[in-house]
Amino acid sequence: MPDNELKLTINGKQFQLDADPNMPILWAVRDMLGLTGTKYGCGAGLCGACTIHIDGKPARACLTSLKQVQGKQVTTIEGLKADELINAWSEHKVPQCGYCQSGQLMSAAALLSQNRQPNESDIDAAMSGNICRCGTYTRIKAAILSVSAQEERS
Amino acid sequence: MNPSFTAVQNFSRRDVLKLFGATGGGLALGATGLSWSPMAMAQGEDARLNLFIAIGEDDKVYLTCHRSEMGQGIRTGIPQVLADELGADWNKVVVVQGLADKRYGSQNTDGSRSIRKGFDKMREMGAMARTMLEQAAADKWQVPLSEVSTANNLVIHTQSGEMMSFGELARAASQVPLPKVDTLILKSPNDFTHIGKSHKIVDMQAILTGEAKYGYDITLEGMRYASIIRPPVWGSEVKVLDDSKARKVAGVIDVIRLPAAKGAPGFQPLGGVAVIATNSWSALEGRKALNITWTDSINDTHNSEVFLKQLVEKVQSPGKIVRQQGEENSDWPKEKTIKAIYTIPYLAHAPMEPPVTTASVTDAGCELWASTQTPQSAAQNVAGYLGLKEEQVKVNVTLLGGGFGRKSKPDYCAEAALLSQQIKAPVKVCWSREDDIQNGYLHAISAQLYQAKLGDDKMPQAMLQRTGFPSIGSTFAEGADYPAGWEVDLGFVDVPLAVKSLRCETVEAKAHTRIGWMRSVCNIQHGFGIGSFVDELAVKADKPTTQMWRELLGESRQEMFVDQGFKYGNYGEELTRHPVDIERYHGVIDAVELGMKKGTQPKENQAWGFAVHRSFAAFVAVALLVEVDKDKKLTVLRAVAAIDAGTVVNPDRVKSQTEGAIMFGLSLAMMGEISFKEGKVQQSNFHDYPMLRMTQCPDIDVTVIASDAPPGGVGEPGVPPVAPSLTNAIFAASGIRIRDLPVTKKLTV
Repeated sequence: MPDNELKLTINGKQFQLDADPNMPILWAVRDMLGLTGTKYGCGAGLCGACTIHIDGKPARACLTSLKQVQGKQVTTIEGLKADELINAWSEHKVPQCGYCQSGQLMSAAALLSQNRQPNESDIDAAMSGNICRCGTYTRIKAAILSVSAQEERS
Repeated sequence: MNPSFTAVQNFSRRDVLKLFGATGGGLALGATGLSWSPMAMAQGEDARLNLFIAIGEDDKVYLTCHRSEMGQGIRTGIPQVLADELGADWNKVVVVQGLADKRYGSQNTDGSRSIRKGFDKMREMGAMARTMLEQAAADKWQVPLSEVSTANNLVIHTQSGEMMSFGELARAASQVPLPKVDTLILKSPNDFTHIGKSHKIVDMQAILTGEAKYGYDITLEGMRYASIIRPPVWGSEVKVLDDSKARKVAGVIDVIRLPAAKGAPGFQPLGGVAVIATNSWSALEGRKALNITWTDSINDTHNSEVFLKQLVEKVQSPGKIVRQQGEENSDWPKEKTIKAIYTIPYLAHAPMEPPVTTASVTDAGCELWASTQTPQSAAQNVAGYLGLKEEQVKVNVTLLGGGFGRKSKPDYCAEAALLSQQIKAPVKVCWSREDDIQNGYLHAISAQLYQAKLGDDKMPQAMLQRTGFPSIGSTFAEGADYPAGWEVDLGFVDVPLAVKSLRCETVEAKAHTRIGWMRSVCNIQHGFGIGSFVDELAVKADKPTTQMWRELLGESRQEMFVDQGFKYGNYGEELTRHPVDIERYHGVIDAVELGMKKGTQPKENQAWGFAVHRSFAAFVAVALLVEVDKDKKLTVLRAVAAIDAGTVVNPDRVKSQTEGAIMFGLSLAMMGEISFKEGKVQQSNFHDYPMLRMTQCPDIDVTVIASDAPPGGVGEPGVPPVAPSLTNAIFAASGIRIRDLPVTKKLTV
């Protein structure tokens, strides 16, 4: 096995990559695995467009190296199982350009997996790392709250 | 007729005007017969009825969107208009993205004009295809055309109960001679089935599953990734390059010097050094390992703080007259004169997806996959650099991760094409966030003076306005050192104040960087100036700001600006079709006043601020409720807005654009500042050029005024009234008057 052979588990599938272990997983999923739903926005952990889940917790793919995710479960937007959240996004007509929305959804899904009934300040806290330049925040918040309210009824 | 945007040519004034649609009918779709010839194209699997509409035998309706989608919803809006006149079933619509093609007319997706300029033409295209389907059915059934109609993808003969699907009739319809435009019967607005409905955007599902393809997401066989370091100062170029370390970085294939731009910037690539690699990371790492010395530039001394002070000085001396309403007033007694100077720094667009293009140059020509607002200019620019004919440059338009005007400058498209030509492989040029902020086409730094002589009733008897900022003209012609006429048309000379004497002047300002247009363009500074000054007048007269606006606008009329020393461009629209209508100002003012009264009312340290502005033939009023606490911390609590954009195609997208415009306006007013030292941009990423975040976002209530007036602009008009509404609210809540943006100079946000 070459020195750089890395084993990754992404969206439940195993991958072997010949890549620099210091490469941020953002570029590996996008350029090497063709999973382009994870977006570049700043490369510095400032905007959240590249949010993925590592063992279920949100992380910025642009600051997470391949060696840091060895042996861990990585989920990208392509593997996200969150139908009710995605439906809520659609019902509230959240996206404008849509570029940041996979990161927004990943952050929101991570929040809901920890807290099924977040209130407004929980949502603010969980989502404040995700920038939307189009300014869809009020709809994002309404969409998350609608899922939270469904939980209350069920 | 066509503006020639090649790299080597300077732009003529007319070309620049055409970019902005300021040449009257010149940019109107269909202005030249040729560009709108709806010729039936070659028959393939689908029957093509015209340039925009094809029908599949499976009954699918293929509708072409020839404009770029960047969040405004145009890939939904244009098909809604086509589908409505056609009588199509929305569930059977498939949207096709148009390539760069002159037959569409202008595809330059800026100036808030896709629907404004395209609405009537799209209706005609829909009606034309509908008539062809109807004719095919009428021929088949041997009945008069007038007895045949369409609905839900069916052609129907009511009298006999006959009906056939579009799919069944498609081939026959494509053989029907093209009906003449003047014979077409358009629907009555009462019968609209898609226009005026808030259809979900057609890309919704693709966006929410990560499948949507933006420019950054393009991957081609054998494609290389390029990262380019560009000159940090406008006018400098590579003096010494040491690329030995960069070439040793794993994955780096080549390092290529690009020639620097010369003369006026235009859409020239900036030059610099490109690192070509097998993946993005290697390109970025290779770039970090470059060692470059840059040449000196005439702009090395540019310091934006010093420059702004000079602009503030300049607007206090007479300039060039650009509007004179009534007689000049030369008597400004100190005790009756109120004067204020407002400034806004340089601003960057910062779309979430930075500029990006993939190019593949072969012997046959060049193919681009571009995140561009303007595929035709991209083709022209690239053709100029490669020595090709425009027809040899095929431009595929991807989804855009935001544009805001940045992506209507195709410098980055030419970068990709030049590199692909050189390495003989497809290349994707990805700008980093730092590239985007440091090497963009900035919104100009500006200063405005507003001055009024008050009568005994505290109302202005005379007003003087002066504006100074480096002109966008400087980007296209060296020596363009004064604001251009079409720039002062943007919210400076076109405010219809009923003041006896009103004079507008411009002052000189040289450019030291690339100046560009950003969402609402010069309306940003001019809307801030007039919106703030009217509030200051209201405070002085002890009246609500809404009331001061009503009184200053004067009696109901359509202002034509007759005999005032300028011809108003009106965003390329006839004043008769898109009048400066005082009643429509009143409509949005009234709606916002109503909205302010509902819900939470101001508590201690809280207050409303208000402003109204007309731009891109739409009227928008915005009120913001803010709190300024004892530690000078600002919180924006509520936003109430009303937009009158005439007839609207998709009310929810008009709402969402206005919500977004409020966010955009708040970002720039609260925190937006690009500054220069020694000719270099000081900011680099979202930590020092911040965007509004969810925690800073107010509740928003947008009213879309019902109107059957011709469609106005939507994407931009919401921006200009936001900044003055904010600073007016801050003054009302705290007594702190902010005349120099951003707000962070005085308050924490």
